[in-house]
Amino acid sequence: MSTILPLTGNESGAEVMRQIAPDVVAAYPITPQTELMHRFADYVADGKVPTELILVESEHSAMSACVGASAAGARVMTATSSQGMALMWEILYIAAALRLPIVMPLVNRSLSAPINIHCDHSDSMGARDTGWLQLYCENCQEIYDTGIQAMKIAENKDVLLPVMVCYDGFILSHTVERVELLEDHEVKGFIGEHIADHPLLDVDNPVTYGPLDLQDFYFEHKRQEAEAMRNAKPVVLQVAEEYEVLSGRKYGLFEEYFSKDAEYIMVCLGSAAGTAKAAVDELRAAGENVGLLKLRVFRPFPAEELVAALADAKRIAVMDRADGVNSIGGPVFSEIRAALYGRSSAKISNYIYGLGGRDIDIEMMKSVFQDMKDGKYAEEAFYLGVRE
Amino acid sequence: MNQMPEHPLERFLRMDRIPHIWCSGCGIGTAVTCFMKALDEAEIDPDKVVVVSGIGCTGRVAGYVKFDSFHTTHGRAVPFATGAKLANPELTVIVFSGDGDLFAIGGNHFIHAARRNVDIKVFCINNFIYGMTGGQVAPTTPLGARTSTSPYGCFEPPFNLPYLAESSGAVYVARWTPLHIRRLTHSMAEAITKKGFSFVEIVSPCPTVYSRYNRLGDGLDMIKYYRDNCRIENWADTKNVPMEMGSEIVVGKFVDIDKPTFLDYQRGQTDGK
Repeated sequence: MSTILPLTGNESGAEVMRQIAPDVVAAYPITPQTELMHRFADYVADGKVPTELILVESEHSAMSACVGASAAGARVMTATSSQGMALMWEILYIAAALRLPIVMPLVNRSLSAPINIHCDHSDSMGARDTGWLQLYCENCQEIYDTGIQAMKIAENKDVLLPVMVCYDGFILSHTVERVELLEDHEVKGFIGEHIADHPLLDVDNPVTYGPLDLQDFYFEHKRQEAEAMRNAKPVVLQVAEEYEVLSGRKYGLFEEYFSKDAEYIMVCLGSAAGTAKAAVDELRAAGENVGLLKLRVFRPFPAEELVAALADAKRIAVMDRADGVNSIGGPVFSEIRAALYGRSSAKISNYIYGLGGRDIDIEMMKSVFQDMKDGKYAEEAFYLGVRE
Repeated sequence: MNQMPEHPLERFLRMDRIPHIWCSGCGIGTAVTCFMKALDEAEIDPDKVVVVSGIGCTGRVAGYVKFDSFHTTHGRAVPFATGAKLANPELTVIVFSGDGDLFAIGGNHFIHAARRNVDIKVFCINNFIYGMTGGQVAPTTPLGARTSTSPYGCFEPPFNLPYLAESSGAVYVARWTPLHIRRLTHSMAEAITKKGFSFVEIVSPCPTVYSRYNRLGDGLDMIKYYRDNCRIENWADTKNVPMEMGSEIVVGKFVDIDKPTFLDYQRGQTDGK
């Protein structure tokens, strides 16, 4: 039996945290994540979860406390956005390299400066090489489902890496949608009991976390971390399969929306994929051969699978809600073009859109497909919806 | 047609940014008015004033005042201000920010700027809560106070800000409320002309969040509360001025001492070399 509730994205995130019931949560307020933590603080105060919640003095402290608690053997979560994650930066790497399976909803918001509280992906994309897994959500149902799966992926013994569950600030975090929830016991059974790997609290087998590691072993440890990220790909798929058995909802590395036979394929992640689907529907109804590939798992990057999925495309347009500011293009574009290098003859163009919460609508999405049909191409990224 | 005369403080404001975002009954607007009057009282050239704010409701001050101003990231107003002052020591550098910004995420900067006695002025609106982000518990939230993240009352002891400032090394420390507009203005003027790290705490109503969670009424009710419960005690030992829920609030000028600033010390070492 599942419960169906009208929930915002942040409320979906709070439900995930309530049902996972982590041992420790450390958090600091930042818009637009705040309501998630308000609701979770209520659950803690009302005794609905046994979590130790500590409301620390900054995000740097929040992630540090998470690292301490996770190393001690606890199941740990936090949540943040934008500048909050930027302030966690130093500790993001440490959480991953110490192989601590922390799960963090990241409510995507643009980075300063200038200050802006609305959605883009500059925060998570900046952290793409920190060693965290990154899963992107299109809607509030996906926030819920992905959050539950994230914990199981993170704690898999072949992975043991932290996971970011990324969802678009305000667009999803503050939008009410229909969300189907599992029963508490189903979630509990699905994620299982947390058995920590080498916990500090195992006093019979004492360990030290993070000691000096110079030319002798640092490289080997980083190599193991890289291997864990490679291992994560089959684990993501395996957990998705198990989750489908439980919930009936299917997840993978990406979603192919009319893209299998399409000549013109858009690649997109996050909530804009919903808008892109509407554009694809309209164009398909008009007889156009277009499709969407919605990327869900950005880290680990599913290069092989993407190459296969995009093999027959004539043209590909990659949508980036973050600018690389590198004179090449956005981060999703760079990865896709690198993956397809030498393995596809398709022309790949890049569109930067929606920075700082700038709206993107169906007509704009359709214009991207029209550009592909018209053969419009440039080495540099196009900027969609900006005043030049 | 009669033309409206210009408001005497308009020259200090970016009128195209007005009306401001602060809620009715909030104390920040009053404190900003006192600040502008203090600049007049201190006879400071507005072209030599820099206002630096962090994030939060009070962080918006930097955007409304017509001085060179900087709206920094959360917690970093003090180091930005330190940089501005050291780059151009002629400037009067004011940090105008809130309790969450200055004492949680930015707490480390505050104590070290005070310890070094950097010649900047910190005006802190203390409304006991993170107002803008929705009323979360802060390091200034009194024991027992309800917030969006402490629904049954805060159980962490808060900072006593004047004591923290004095023990960290501030040369000027005062506390007032928006009820005490003349005294607050005068203290701000003194802080502005004082040489060294100066701190003025402005205990302020937050009718939208803090007062609502704690059933304290609207802005006017809070001003009445200050009238009935504030005790002016200049030179009070800062150790003895903590605030509790429903308690008396000791206000006044607590510290006014002289000692060399960071630049005095540094120049003492480097002059003639």
